[in-house]
Amino acid sequence: MARKDSRPEVSRRKFLAGVAVAGAATAVTTKPEGASAATPGTTAADVKRLPSALRPTAYQIAVETGSAGEPKGQITGRPGSDFMVDVIKSLKIEYVYSNPASSFRALHESLINYGKNSMPEFITVTHEEASVAMAHGYFKASGKPQMILCHGTVGLQHACMAVYNAWADRVPVILVGGNDLDASKRPPGVPTVHSAQDINALVRDFTKWDDQPVSLQHFAQSFVRAYKYAMTPPYEPVMIALDAGIQQEAVHEKNLYIPKYTPTAPPHADLNAIREAAKLLVEAQNPVIVADRVARSDAGIKSLVQLAELLQAPVVNQQNRVNFPNTHYLSAGGNVQQLIRNADVIMGLELTDFWNTVNAWVDNGEENGAGVRELRMKPDAKLISISSAELLTKSNYQDFQRFQPVDIAMVGDAETSLPALIEAVKVAITGDRKAAFEKRGDALKKAHAQSIERSRQAAALGWDVGPVSTARLCAELYAQIKDLDWSLVNSANVSGWTNRLWAIDRHYRWLGTSGASGLGYGLPASIGAAHANKALGRFSVSIQADGDAMYVPGSMWTAAHHEIPLLSVMHNNRGYHQEVMHVQRLSNRRNRVASLGKTMGPIGTSIEAPDIDYAKLASSMGWWSAGPIKDPKELGPTLKKAVEVVKSGQPALVDVWTQAR
Amino acid sequence: MCSVRGYVGLAALAAGLALAPASALAASAENGKTLFVKNGCWQCHGTVGQGSAITGPKLAPEPLPLEAFKSFLRNSNRAMPPYREEILSNADVDDIHAYLSSIPKPVDYKTIPLLNQ
Repeated sequence: MARKDSRPEVSRRKFLAGVAVAGAATAVTTKPEGASAATPGTTAADVKRLPSALRPTAYQIAVETGSAGEPKGQITGRPGSDFMVDVIKSLKIEYVYSNPASSFRALHESLINYGKNSMPEFITVTHEEASVAMAHGYFKASGKPQMILCHGTVGLQHACMAVYNAWADRVPVILVGGNDLDASKRPPGVPTVHSAQDINALVRDFTKWDDQPVSLQHFAQSFVRAYKYAMTPPYEPVMIALDAGIQQEAVHEKNLYIPKYTPTAPPHADLNAIREAAKLLVEAQNPVIVADRVARSDAGIKSLVQLAELLQAPVVNQQNRVNFPNTHYLSAGGNVQQLIRNADVIMGLELTDFWNTVNAWVDNGEENGAGVRELRMKPDAKLISISSAELLTKSNYQDFQRFQPVDIAMVGDAETSLPALIEAVKVAITGDRKAAFEKRGDALKKAHAQSIERSRQAAALGWDVGPVSTARLCAELYAQIKDLDWSLVNSANVSGWTNRLWAIDRHYRWLGTSGASGLGYGLPASIGAAHANKALGRFSVSIQADGDAMYVPGSMWTAAHHEIPLLSVMHNNRGYHQEVMHVQRLSNRRNRVASLGKTMGPIGTSIEAPDIDYAKLASSMGWWSAGPIKDPKELGPTLKKAVEVVKSGQPALVDVWTQAR
Repeated sequence: MCSVRGYVGLAALAAGLALAPASALAASAENGKTLFVKNGCWQCHGTVGQGSAITGPKLAPEPLPLEAFKSFLRNSNRAMPPYREEILSNADVDDIHAYLSSIPKPVDYKTIPLLNQ
């Protein structure tokens, strides 16, 4: 669909010819003398054979389009892609993260010329995976979904893993992929290789909704619908395939309109079930609240604090959002397993993995290599769940985890449902329970203080050693940023030291993990989050994993080019340490010495020999940089300099040789 | 795993080790440090046995007494994989233990300003 044979004067081929010939019209009105003999590739026969990745000459284009000698001039009428820009603008999308591609060249042109490159602004990105991760990070810092534009086939293939991360992290991203549907009209060669019947199939298993509009009005409806679905909890990415023909042709549809966007009220848990849950929580001797992706705002955090204080119940944070201030005495610290073991009621809020919250899996090779399952909780403990995850009905990818039966299951957005639960708890509380709650609260205050004490003493272990301990790294970094309005936009595995040593008390203090643990998230997502934080006046800091950085190092160029201030501290442990232990474990089980080759970890798990100089890598792309730092005493002064650079509006990287974890 | 009886016996053994000539102990600790890295112990427990809340507990300072340490190493059936004699000799375990025993206690965190922010 898309191209209209009845309108040859505005067809893409004529338009292409007109544009291409515009600057060289006189040169192609006749065949250049001697061209076939002297310049291979310029005859009509050669054109058919040439790989079309080469930039075509004006003559080749003219021959291929059959318009040599008959230039028709510019397209007449309003370009369809201008209307698309109006639709995009109606949703106040601020940025389009994109690596340029021919399949959306018409929209690209409209964005930067007709749209004045503002709302949205085109952000040049060097890899589609990075585009999606940047939009992912942007949303988590700002709560505003952004758009990415990519080639529908090769670009989307690059983007796929990052889309899966966004899906698993329940983050909305508006994905738009260019595609040239009309096989009889699209350019041969590379543009055809880059076309597909159904590009959305690539990401259908991990997007909430997708469409391939066949008219401009269809685009307007589908784009607004896609945005609306993406922004209704559970938030998820959505995908629109954008036909090149529709973009490039002039508007011929009459009475085009842009549908009004009205946010959908989030799904709310059933009120009767909420009352039953409140009764269980109030009557429990040792209730525990477990939070995963619950609080996306300070209001959400406030609700969870109110609920926890009413019940004097500890809150276990699974660290995918801030959820609950770690400075609060009801924030569970190092006693999580003990709390779960002793609980008689456990309420899970938006848990990704309830099974693994109340069960343990031990990777010890028993059960014929599969490992063993152990129950973490009391067998008769009651389980409550509020989650919007059941509204997602995709089944191929297994991010929904093992099935865990619960006693009260509520489908609904937890943050939205918390106020009703708070009211229900207030109604259910009796005088005698209040006294019990106070006693419980006193014990939890003591446990919280002890947990802080233990953490700090543990941080002192290996304080002066090199490679730098992760505790020292985090303590030094916090000293430099704690008086700023900071936001930890990404963190490698530093053994939880940021949560143990830093005061995480606002929803943007910690933006959570990638979602699907797909590497290549940290660097671009931190840049996307820093992009959002720039406008919000926050100082962005990332503890960057070295292995993750090497997936999309080109992301750094985008930060420098678009002046995105970010302090990235490289947790350079020179290996894929998640995998190190897997190989070590299997070697030991099989009574074999793990073969190290020329590295410190089992062959295939180290990033050494040569060591990567991340400071040089960053400076090559316009970042201020320093390192590698191996002596912990040098860390503080270097970080101080880097903070000043970032405060001036530029990105900075400090490479630190660190302990593994 | 180590029984209480074994643990008490080992404490005595550990006390005996303390009486060994300092040079011999230092030599084995030095080799132990190399073995600690070569055999991957550092990957989960850190190069000075400081441990990680995510991957493995602290081993130093004050490691388990040698026999308890050895028993756990040989028979671990949790996430920590067992290191049997075929892949780590008794002599090597002794040296690793000597290394862990040589690691000094950390200072009180209250004396480190950065840990009192």
